[in-house]
Amino acid sequence: MLPIFKKEINAFFSSLIGYIVIGVFLILMGLLLWVFPEFSILDGAYANLDTLFAISPMVFMFLIPAVTMRSFAEEKQTGTIELLATRPITDWQIVGGKFLACFALVAFALVPTILYYVSVYQLGAPPGNLDSGGILGSYIGLLFLAAAFSAIGVFASSLTNNQIVAFVLATFLCFFSYLAFDYLSRLPIFFGKTDDIVQSIGIAYHYDSVSRGVLDSRDVIYFISIISLFLAATVLSLGRRRW
Amino acid sequence: MSVKVTNLTKIYGLQHAVDHISFEARKGEVLGFLGPNGAGKTTTMKIITGYLPQNEGSIEVCGFDVGTKPMEARARVGYLPEHNPLYREMYVREYLAFTAGLHQVKNVAKQVDEMVERTGLGSHRHKQIGELSKGYRQRVGLAQAMLHDPEVLILDEPTSGLDPNQIVEIRQLIKDLGKEKTVILSTHILGEVEAVCDRAIIINKGKLVADAPIQELKQQFAGQTVVTAEFAESADKNLLAKIKNVHSVKSLGKNQWQFFAASGQDIRAEVFAFAVANRLTLLELHKTEHSVEDVFQQLTK
Repeated sequence: MLPIFKKEINAFFSSLIGYIVIGVFLILMGLLLWVFPEFSILDGAYANLDTLFAISPMVFMFLIPAVTMRSFAEEKQTGTIELLATRPITDWQIVGGKFLACFALVAFALVPTILYYVSVYQLGAPPGNLDSGGILGSYIGLLFLAAAFSAIGVFASSLTNNQIVAFVLATFLCFFSYLAFDYLSRLPIFFGKTDDIVQSIGIAYHYDSVSRGVLDSRDVIYFISIISLFLAATVLSLGRRRW
Repeated sequence: MSVKVTNLTKIYGLQHAVDHISFEARKGEVLGFLGPNGAGKTTTMKIITGYLPQNEGSIEVCGFDVGTKPMEARARVGYLPEHNPLYREMYVREYLAFTAGLHQVKNVAKQVDEMVERTGLGSHRHKQIGELSKGYRQRVGLAQAMLHDPEVLILDEPTSGLDPNQIVEIRQLIKDLGKEKTVILSTHILGEVEAVCDRAIIINKGKLVADAPIQELKQQFAGQTVVTAEFAESADKNLLAKIKNVHSVKSLGKNQWQFFAASGQDIRAEVFAFAVANRLTLLELHKTEHSVEDVFQQLTK
C-alpha cells in the first residue's frame, strides 16, 4: 500500500493538482472568513470558526472530486491499471493507497487553517474566550467528512475511464450523500414519522453532531461504515473485468 | 515447468476468444506466440498474468496456480502489456523505484541502476517518461518487467513500432534473457520468431494450430519448391519418391504428380531424367515456390 500512497502523493505535487487544491481551498476560505463582509468573522459579533465549518463541506464537495477524479479513471484510460493489477498486491492495497493519498492531500490543506484558530483565539474578549472543544470536534468532523468524500470520489473514478465523468459523478454523489437525505426527510411522507431516520442516513446529520464537540460512537461508526462501504464498492468495481 | 497452461478457454459473449489451449514453457526457453491479429494471443497473456480470469482450464506459474495462489504467481512474472502503458508524468528512475517497491525488491537503488544499465537507458535515466521516444519507452517497459528478477517474462509484442536498429537491440536483449528465464513473447512477425524463439506456438481464432521447436517449424516455414509434372503413362509412387532431392510426392490425379523439395532447389532436371530413364512421356513440367507467408496463411486461414 505504501508504494502506491507515495506515488500518488508524488503525482499530486509533481503536477499542479496538489498546489492548486491547497491554494484554492486556502484562498477561498481566507476570503470568506476574513474579507467578504457577508461571512467575515471580523464583522461578526462572536469569536468563533462556525463559518469555516459550515462552508468547508460545500467547498470539499467540489474540491475532493477534483482530487480523486484521476485516481482510477486515468489508469484505466492509459492502460497502466493492467500493470498495477498484475503486481503481487491485492486490489484492497491499490484502493487503500489511492484513498489515503487523496485524504492526506485534503487533510494537508486543512493544516494552515489552524492559523485561523490562533487568530480567533487572540480576537476573543478576553483572549481565549472561545469553544476550543467544539472547534476540535469540528476539525475531527471535517476530517471524517473529507475521508468520506475521498472514498466516494475514488469509487466514482473507478467506474469510468473518463475523468470528467468521474468528477461530475463524484460531485453528485457527495452532494447526495451529504445533503439530500436532510431535504428528503422534509417530504410529507416522512415528516413527523420517520424523518429523523431518513435524516440520519445523510452525512450532514452526523457531521453536525460531531461538530458540536461530542464524539458519539454512533457517529464514528457511521463515518467508518460509509468510508468502508465506498472503498469496498471500489474494490468490487475494479474486479468488474473478472465478471 | 515454468508455465503450464492446461485446457485454457476464455469466452466473450458467444465468441471463444481462447478455445481449449494447452501448452508448456520451460526454463531457459524463448517461446514465441504467433498468430494473426485477434487470434487470442493477448487474451491468453492477460490470463497468464492474472489480469483476466479464464472460463475453463488452469494455469500454473512455477508451480503456483494463478487462480488460487495469485500473489505467489504474480511475484514470479514480469509483464510487458500490449501498447506498453506507462505513467508519462513520472521520471524513469522514479517509475522503476515505484515498481521495485510494489515487488518489495531489496536494495532498490542498485537494482534500478542495474536495469537502467542493462536496457541501455543510461543517458535517459533522469528524463520524464513522456519525453522519451518510443524505442526508449519500450526499454522502460522491459526494465519494469525485469526489475524484480522474475522467473517468467510475458512480453506482448515487445518490438512493435520500433525502428529496425531498435528491433535488433531488443531482440538481442530478449535472447539473452531467454538463457536464464522463461520468456513468452507474442508477435505477428514471422521473422521475429525465427530470430529469437526456441519454440513457437501458432494460434488462430483461439485454437492451437501448431506447437513445435523452431527448427521443425523452420523447415515447414522455410518454404519449398513444388514441381508439378504430368506423364502420359502411370508411374510407381515409390519410385518417384526416390528421385534425387525430392522430399515427398503427392498424387494430384490420374498421372499427375506433385514433387516437394527444399527451397531454392530446382528438381525439374531430375524429374526429366527420371522420365527418360523409365520411358515415361513427360507432358507437363512446372515449378512454383512456396513462401514462408504461404505456409503461415495456410495454417491460419
